[in-house]
Amino acid sequence: MSQSDHMQTVLIPADITQSHTGTLVLGGNWTARTMAGVGQKLAALCDSNVAEVVVDGSRLETMDSVGVWILHRQFKEIRNTGRSIRLLDWSSHFLKLLDAVEKQIDTPLLMPPRESSLETIGKKGEAAWQGMFALLSFIGECAFVLMRIAPQPKRWRWRQVLKNIQIAGFDALPIIGLTAFLLGIVVAYQGSGQLKHYGANIFVVELVGFAMLREFSPLITAIIIAGRSGSAYAAQIGTMVVTEEIDGMRTIGIEPIDFLVLPKIIALIVALPLLTVFADVTGVFGGMIMARSQLGISYHEFLVRFGSEIHLSALLIGIGKSFVFAAIIAIIGCYQGFRTKGNADSVGRQTTRSVVQSIFIVIILDSGFSVIFSLLDL
Amino acid sequence: MQNAADQANVGLPKVPNVIEMRQVCTRFGSHVVHADLDLDVQRGEIFAIVGGSGSGKSTLLREMIMLHRPNAGTVKILDTDVLTASPDEALLLRQRWGVMFQYGGLFGTLNVRDNVGLPLREHTDLDDRFIDEVAAWKISLSGLEPEAGLQYPTQLSGGMLKRASMARALALDPELLFLDEPTAGLDPGGAGGIDALVRRLAELYQLTIVIITHDLDFLWQVTDRVAVLGEGKVVGVGSMSELAHMEHPDIRVYFDGPRGRAAQAQAQTQDKVRPNHKQDKEQRWTQK
Repeated sequence: MSQSDHMQTVLIPADITQSHTGTLVLGGNWTARTMAGVGQKLAALCDSNVAEVVVDGSRLETMDSVGVWILHRQFKEIRNTGRSIRLLDWSSHFLKLLDAVEKQIDTPLLMPPRESSLETIGKKGEAAWQGMFALLSFIGECAFVLMRIAPQPKRWRWRQVLKNIQIAGFDALPIIGLTAFLLGIVVAYQGSGQLKHYGANIFVVELVGFAMLREFSPLITAIIIAGRSGSAYAAQIGTMVVTEEIDGMRTIGIEPIDFLVLPKIIALIVALPLLTVFADVTGVFGGMIMARSQLGISYHEFLVRFGSEIHLSALLIGIGKSFVFAAIIAIIGCYQGFRTKGNADSVGRQTTRSVVQSIFIVIILDSGFSVIFSLLDL
Repeated sequence: MQNAADQANVGLPKVPNVIEMRQVCTRFGSHVVHADLDLDVQRGEIFAIVGGSGSGKSTLLREMIMLHRPNAGTVKILDTDVLTASPDEALLLRQRWGVMFQYGGLFGTLNVRDNVGLPLREHTDLDDRFIDEVAAWKISLSGLEPEAGLQYPTQLSGGMLKRASMARALALDPELLFLDEPTAGLDPGGAGGIDALVRRLAELYQLTIVIITHDLDFLWQVTDRVAVLGEGKVVGVGSMSELAHMEHPDIRVYFDGPRGRAAQAQAQTQDKVRPNHKQDKEQRWTQK
């Protein structure tokens, strides 16, 4: 048997024939890639009533674990029916392999335990319940650390905060500006068609002003930042968990919440309202351009009406909401990062979760705010 | 300098080379890792590559398994020139070797049995249950309990991870097995188990095994030949007892110093008391 020769050319597939004396002659390569259909053929040929099955191995080219395994399974079946097996002309190497398989203790193939759908639902529910508590305790922990650090300005991590403001806030200006600008254009454009019918062109100012300041700017900013920074927080902390950096931090006496989480929360609480104001400006600017081109309202006219009709409360409500959104995004992002377990896949899963969860909660809260504000007549 | 073992074997039939590296040069920027390095590994031997940190062992291994391209030279593995191989040839070659990585390199999303079964699932058309059975066999062959097959890599200890990685490397019955630091980070018992396992596998599958290691006991107990890297070249090749007589300072570190002497003394007393110690060890393993 020469292993080097046959591998270069196309492998001769495994084969089995029965000689006129009833001997089973194995031939070709009994390897993982050349075994197609041989198993069935072997089973069919062995299905006779001869007391002794003779197996000739002299024409075998090669045999690997898969081939041996198939043969071994068949042999076991033959022995179970009370017949015996005689091996004829087998090379010592193949015998050794066969022997190794025989020695393998006959443990049935273990299967992962199946669970009923009820069990799955129960486990998921339990996990969600636990997750909620874990989130609450994480928020509590953050608050606790904040309380402890607040009276010691020396321990505030200004540098971290400023860096986070730069990354999450300043660097996000272009994308936030562009998105809000386009959103302003769209709102004004959609409204202009309707307003024209009633000759109420000038009301586009109220439409754009209230829509952007109260709803769209805070919401779109929060959504973009959740996708941009919330996910980054989760991925960063998650990777640090996997590489044991978080553990390292704890052992040298640095509280990860103090070092990683609080600066992010504070930075985002500063940055998100500022970004929201920026989005207000570019959004209204977009609406202004559309108002002029579609409805013939000059910039001057637009701004004068904007100043007289849009109350300060609209701006403040939008900014107020963005404070809450900022806290939610930062906390969920960090929390999901800390929930990472073990491997790369988990980092991906927690990152996705952080984005989906924070956007979901932001939108839920936004509708909650709408209800509250309308009850308060704001 | 190169083929000390070959010269000793003049007259014996020439064993074909499984790996032939000629004038391999590797640079990272201005840092030269290999300068005209030549290396041969013969069929059926257990061959270790040793050398200090930064001597380019790992890079050499990565060049053999087509993860890194040398800047110059030729690398021939199993009669295929890996630097000019077509994608099909490369794929065929990859199915003929197995690689065990230092930290396992197992896929975190699959349990151990699916990790081991993956090469079979990818490259053959065997049915799933059969693949599971063969994978379970390979897992037990590598010395793991059957229960370990259903565990995920993160749930395994370092030694189990190495064994699981070994099982995956063996999935397609390779002709050539690469082991990166198979005993690093293991307790003495675990390392001894790996020694015996490597021996047993080499015999069972008639494997050629290339190992990167620092483990002196492993070098003495398991390997047939050892290549010492230094100054970007192979500064010495031979069995451990041949290397023991060489004078190069990069080689001496493996024999001088308390650790080197202890491992050598240990190997020699074993030879005296039980000349056949490798056989003996292996049987003990089998009984377990």
